[in-house]
Amino acid sequence: MSALDNNAKEIAEDAGGEELATSSPEINQKEQDNRSAGPVILFFIIGLFASLILGWIIFPKLLYSKKKQPIDFNHVLHVAEVEDGCESCHFFREDGTYSGVPKLEQCIDCHEEIQGDSPDEIKFVEEYVSKGREVPWLIYSRQPDCVFFSHAAHVKGAGMDCVTCHGHIGESESLKIYEENRITGYSRDIWGKSIGGFKKNTWDRMKMDDCAECHREKTANIERTDVKTPTNRLIDHLIDMVYPGTSKSGKGGSIQTERDACFVCHK
Amino acid sequence: MKHKKAKKYGMVINLDKCTGCGSCMVACMAENNVPFRKDESDKLLSITWMRVYKLTNGKPFPNTDICYLPRPCMHCEGQHEGHSPCVTVCPAVATDYNIETGIVSQIYTRCFGCRYCMASCPYKARYFNWWDPVWPDGMEKYLSPNVSPRMRGVVEKCSFCFHRYQMAKEKAFMEGRRKLKEDEYQTACTQACPAGAITFGDLNNPNHAVYRMVKPDPKHHGRPTNPNAFRLLERLGTNPKVYYLSSREWVRRVGDNYLKNESIAKKTVHQG
Repeated sequence: MSALDNNAKEIAEDAGGEELATSSPEINQKEQDNRSAGPVILFFIIGLFASLILGWIIFPKLLYSKKKQPIDFNHVLHVAEVEDGCESCHFFREDGTYSGVPKLEQCIDCHEEIQGDSPDEIKFVEEYVSKGREVPWLIYSRQPDCVFFSHAAHVKGAGMDCVTCHGHIGESESLKIYEENRITGYSRDIWGKSIGGFKKNTWDRMKMDDCAECHREKTANIERTDVKTPTNRLIDHLIDMVYPGTSKSGKGGSIQTERDACFVCHK
Repeated sequence: MKHKKAKKYGMVINLDKCTGCGSCMVACMAENNVPFRKDESDKLLSITWMRVYKLTNGKPFPNTDICYLPRPCMHCEGQHEGHSPCVTVCPAVATDYNIETGIVSQIYTRCFGCRYCMASCPYKARYFNWWDPVWPDGMEKYLSPNVSPRMRGVVEKCSFCFHRYQMAKEKAFMEGRRKLKEDEYQTACTQACPAGAITFGDLNNPNHAVYRMVKPDPKHHGRPTNPNAFRLLERLGTNPKVYYLSSREWVRRVGDNYLKNESIAKKTVHQG
């Protein structure tokens, strides 16, 4: 007898135990099976769907709190006005550090006085510019404190564009709702919109796996002949014995992982 | 990126110049957010990535002589690249040897505090955080944003100010370069030393001052060929990348456990 039938029997006994106890056991069992199998299976199916809905829809909704940005911002409008694209406001300093979200100082250059009739701009000028207060922007791509990311290395060194990681934010007309993980305090953009962790575009998630994925692809073809780990030397040696002159050396700077070193981003 | 020449950053400390003022220790603590406690009298528990030791020749007056020896992490290369005592024992891959720079790293978020590396380090350069750091009121605003503060239960040590290396590289990227100039990457202790006793640079680059000062012998794991230069516990085979210079023989003898009648000149060559 299967476990399910066993369960069914127990549930049935609980329900009508006294009545059933009087009749003979064998007939009883058949009757029980016929009567209780349907509802029990239904019970499990409902349970399954209930937990799926709970886990995939209700839990994510509960997990993330929704916060509105202090003022709305229209990227399209601003990109059309400036000359250097993203770097006009999100610029690099001379020493290679990255400015990130613009400070009031940059906005004041144009917004010392109200220019248009948008209520957000009026609010911005009245509440922040004239009072000299910084806007407490909620940063979608804020990483944990132990993560150190060099924009200069990626944008200037590797020539990547902003869209690869940040998506088409520059084409948005208003700022989306900021969703904060109630447990970790991080933005939802880090884990990604899909709770299952699926992603279609490179900018859908900003987890370490996503960094690693790109780094694996991009560094796979780089030969670093001077950089050799003991294991790689052994592998090189073995390959050289079988196919002379075809071996490749270590792919990264780390002795432990033979990939990129953790120290590059975590310190 | 092809045929990139690996760097090997190292330090040369001239003990004849060192006055024992402790500026390097202070600069290091400020630069790297090293935690301290209200009561630092128990030196076994205090964390000092860079620590200045006082050496004496043990002779009575008038022959008494003292010497101060600053001790950062030695960033040992070991018998082959990356065979540092601490790196090989770490069960968490929390400490690592970077082949591109020769720097031994410590990843605080990976470390779970078993302290095996501390036991294996012959230089006592590693420290354990017994408590969460507590900064005096307002001091958290003076912390360096380039180094993450450590939590209770993890090991930390000198990183040769690795964040400064990355910042120097960022600047180089901005200027369209890949190579760093010698003075672009210097550790905090090097810059703080008022006597100019500390020199920092790439030991693989013959143009760098550190190379010219010690003339490392590549056939013997970078053993110094300058007769005034020595490394701590040379015969242990850890092959540190921190070299010391001293014209005084007794100071050079303190660098390793030499027997009374043993001469340093006959250094045993450690075979790899």
